[in-house]
Amino acid sequence: MTLHPTTPDFKDNAHRALHDPELQKALGHVQHGFIYKRQSAVERLPEFKTLRESARDLKDHVLKNLDLYLETYERNVAAAGGQVHFARTSAEACETIVNICKSHGAKSVTKGKSMVSEEIGLNAAIEAAGMQAVETDLGEYIIQLRGETPSHIIAPAVHLTKEQVEGDFRRVHTHLDGARDLSEPVQLLTEARGVLRERFLAADVGITGANFLIAETGTSIIVTNEGNGDLTQSLPKVHIVIASIEKVVPTLEDVSLLLRVLARSATGQDMSVYTTLSTGPRRETDPDGPEHYHVVLVDNGRSAMLGTEFEDMLRCIRCGACMNHCPVYHAIGGHAYGWVYPGPMGAVLTPSLIGVEKGGHLPNASTFCGRCESVCPVKIPLPKLMRHWREREFERHLTPAVQRFGLKIWAFFAKNPGLYSFASRAAMSALAWLGRDKGRFASLPLAKGWTDYRDLPAPQGDTFQAQWRKRQKEARR
Amino acid sequence: MADATIVALPSNETQANLHTTRKAPEITLTAAPARPRVGLFATCLVDLFRPSVGFAAAKLLDEAGCEVLVPPQTCCGQPAFNSGDRVTARDLALQVMDAFSGCDYIVAPSGSCTGQMVKHFPELFDEPKLAMRARAFAAKTFELVSFLTDVLKVTSVEATYEGRVTYHDSCSGLRELGIQSQPRALLATVKGLELVEMNESDVCCGFGGTFAAKYGEISDTIVTKKTANVSESGAPLLLAGDLGCLMNMAGKITRQGKEIDVRHVAEVLAGMCDEPPIGARKETRR
Ligand code: SF4
Repeated sequence: MTLHPTTPDFKDNAHRALHDPELQKALGHVQHGFIYKRQSAVERLPEFKTLRESARDLKDHVLKNLDLYLETYERNVAAAGGQVHFARTSAEACETIVNICKSHGAKSVTKGKSMVSEEIGLNAAIEAAGMQAVETDLGEYIIQLRGETPSHIIAPAVHLTKEQVEGDFRRVHTHLDGARDLSEPVQLLTEARGVLRERFLAADVGITGANFLIAETGTSIIVTNEGNGDLTQSLPKVHIVIASIEKVVPTLEDVSLLLRVLARSATGQDMSVYTTLSTGPRRETDPDGPEHYHVVLVDNGRSAMLGTEFEDMLRCIRCGACMNHCPVYHAIGGHAYGWVYPGPMGAVLTPSLIGVEKGGHLPNASTFCGRCESVCPVKIPLPKLMRHWREREFERHLTPAVQRFGLKIWAFFAKNPGLYSFASRAAMSALAWLGRDKGRFASLPLAKGWTDYRDLPAPQGDTFQAQWRKRQKEARR
Repeated sequence: MADATIVALPSNETQANLHTTRKAPEITLTAAPARPRVGLFATCLVDLFRPSVGFAAAKLLDEAGCEVLVPPQTCCGQPAFNSGDRVTARDLALQVMDAFSGCDYIVAPSGSCTGQMVKHFPELFDEPKLAMRARAFAAKTFELVSFLTDVLKVTSVEATYEGRVTYHDSCSGLRELGIQSQPRALLATVKGLELVEMNESDVCCGFGGTFAAKYGEISDTIVTKKTANVSESGAPLLLAGDLGCLMNMAGKITRQGKEIDVRHVAEVLAGMCDEPPIGARKETRR
């Protein structure tokens, strides 16, 4: 059921994105808003640096003891009256969820924001089983109306302009007055709220993701800014939590550490507006809540990353800071990455989950500028991990032939200083002579990838080393 | 554009300081040379395209009291390393370490190549002996400007440049080596020079080595934003510490027909701006 990746067509996707004026307009907001807000939040918290280190260490500890914490979590969910289901693959996860929905005779299912549900293609599975899936996060709701996927892990509709959303609402919400004013974002929000309110009340099952799972108490936690998650999980009679296995943390105390870095890194807030904890179904004394509580834990390739050079990636707490600071993401947006996870975290995670044969472009399409690593709240060395993918590709001869060939020739000369000196002097003198009039080349046969977009400055003449030695000799005379 | 002389020279006192800085190599702790032997790693781009940067670096080092050596050299191996070819990267790392084995320090006019030698050489070797050797090598390797300021404690240069300049922080130097204040501090002492900061000087220029050619269209979008920020600063001269980024930005600036010169920061610090700017023809010197 996994969403079909278009990652192998990354270059075409990127080309299209670069020529999409609406998208380019929308991306303008990512580049400044998120960065500025994170920066000021970090400046307000002197211990942020230390917190990042603690957050990294905590997640590393969990990953080293993942089986232990998952077992503890399962036990405590059961003790609270809920049930944990382990799913090895997307298909198993979808099947489990569809079966739970069916067993309760569900017709309508509401959903809170969950990237893992995108990963496993849950909406399609629910609809194929004859039920309706309704996204309740505003951004998710909008892209569901448009038949799109999220383009950002915390701001799924960030690729859209306000005008586009207004158009969609007028197209779909035909029961409302056609002359209504929708020019302000708050009017769009109010309208979505009104429409969704009825869906909340009609839903038989509510599905939410989880930012964290607490082993000690069997609790799942979501953080949102809209409060839609609360209604999704407390109104229907069945609540299903879907989460990937690395979301578990030992204690409530640990979660508070991660919460301190999460919202600051993501949106620059000290805390998200809602932090919602849920533990099991409704108890006798509770005023409301679901009668049934299920947790579906998805592996889908993650346990295979444990113990490899990609284990660090499982520390990710999905804050989105890496993509907010990525010059490549700023240029092309999230959809060009072709699968669920965009930006630097996607460049590492996607090949792990769908295979490097399909995801190979992503770890290559990076300048290694390192800005992602410098802001990641759990200090994932993203460029290093992308480089590890390039190594795997190189070992398996997946690197494009032209590139391999070029690298080979270059390495041959670089490893033979004598030959290098001879050849480079000849080549540079020739190039310098050819470029003597302009001081640059507007096109060069073997450098099209470069000269299609910019000039190539011509060399000055003889190489530095040759000139240096000449001068040394002259000085000795 | 007058000649430059470095003001702060390693007296015996600065020589002593030199070995208390964080990165000073342990192996020379016992024998502080009066005139350190500095191996200049020119970097392949400077060697091939812009020798004048190598001479500017040599001049700055010489005037700061160093004996400058240029052992036969090719490349630090970063293109192989970043293409996933660890075997070639290791071979080249060993070749560099052999070539510079007689030096007290290794200095390069590039944050990117220095980053490769300082941060990545040690990652390339699992064998304890080689790993130790790579770490010792890394400890005595520095980027040019930070070597002048942080190790040799140079506080000013005696160059002159009349006009406004803007400075781009190349990514590896900035994020792998923490180079940000050092070039600005020395530029502030160049007579007649006014540094105007552009917006987002710390954002990538879109070069990224082979990235610029492999994903030319994306790289183009990134460098176009960069040159817009450069233009907006109003400075007629753009400086940076890495020839790769400089060639990318200069190539875009000339393609766009902008009236902005581009140079390596060492050329200005050394007072050696008599060669035409990067990508400009001989007569267009301003
Ligand atoms: S990789 Fe780091 S910065 Fe990116 S989403 Fe994950 S936690 Fe956030």
